[in-house]
Amino acid sequence: MADQPRKIAFICSKGNLDMVYPALVMGWAAIGNGIDVTIFFTFWGMDMINKDRVDHLEVPPIGNSSMKMNMMGVPGYVGIPQIMGIIPGMTAFASALMKSKMKKLGVPTVREYLEMLSDAGANMYACKMSVDMFKLKKEDFLPCVKDIVTAGDFMDMTEGAQIVFI
Amino acid sequence: MAVKKIAGIEVQVNDEGFLTNPAEWTKEIAVELAKEEGIELTPAHWAVIDYCRKSAETSGKAPTLRTITTEANVSTKDLFALFPKGPAKKVAKISGLGKPEGCV
Repeated sequence: MADQPRKIAFICSKGNLDMVYPALVMGWAAIGNGIDVTIFFTFWGMDMINKDRVDHLEVPPIGNSSMKMNMMGVPGYVGIPQIMGIIPGMTAFASALMKSKMKKLGVPTVREYLEMLSDAGANMYACKMSVDMFKLKKEDFLPCVKDIVTAGDFMDMTEGAQIVFI
Repeated sequence: MAVKKIAGIEVQVNDEGFLTNPAEWTKEIAVELAKEEGIELTPAHWAVIDYCRKSAETSGKAPTLRTITTEANVSTKDLFALFPKGPAKKVAKISGLGKPEGCV
């Protein structure tokens, strides 16, 4: 076990801003600690690696009952009422709020994070079935994406890895 | 907590071999700790180590990888090449600091 480096693989299936960060944060922590990292992007998760989408990821307040915080000096976990969430601009507002909070903490953008992971040696792949379904091509993805692979290929390359589905 | 003799000097180390008192660190200790990790220190390594020591002096903690790449003018690729297989702990350990606190 000692001479076999630990391996971890993330399956990113979501494109909402709050759901794209877990794999990036954990992946970066893993690779920084010498753990082999593979990330497989499928379905909505492909928004993370899509050149035209990566900088426009959003987090919608609708249907998220946990999106309550001490906001604008008002304490006591204030949330946006669900009915207000349908008003045009609410999703943009929530997304801008989250982005600014992360920026203040020094958290890199999704695009930067992927570049860091790629430079550090993480292996990143897009899911063949999703790519076919969304009619995408390798050129639509950021350069960090090594290839478009099948679910079977993914299983082969993650033998012995701990797999995290997000 | 244990006492370990590195480069002829007795220092306090924790279970993972990190120095617990950064003030006990010397350049000779860094050379020895790097050897334990299989790294031969070059001027490029020293630039990173020197930055980490300086950063810890003011902040009191080991800088994260992201802080090193942005502040010490070293690329992510180079940092991972200089300290292969897990630079986060290796850089901090060789620099005589604790594990970096922070997620990026």
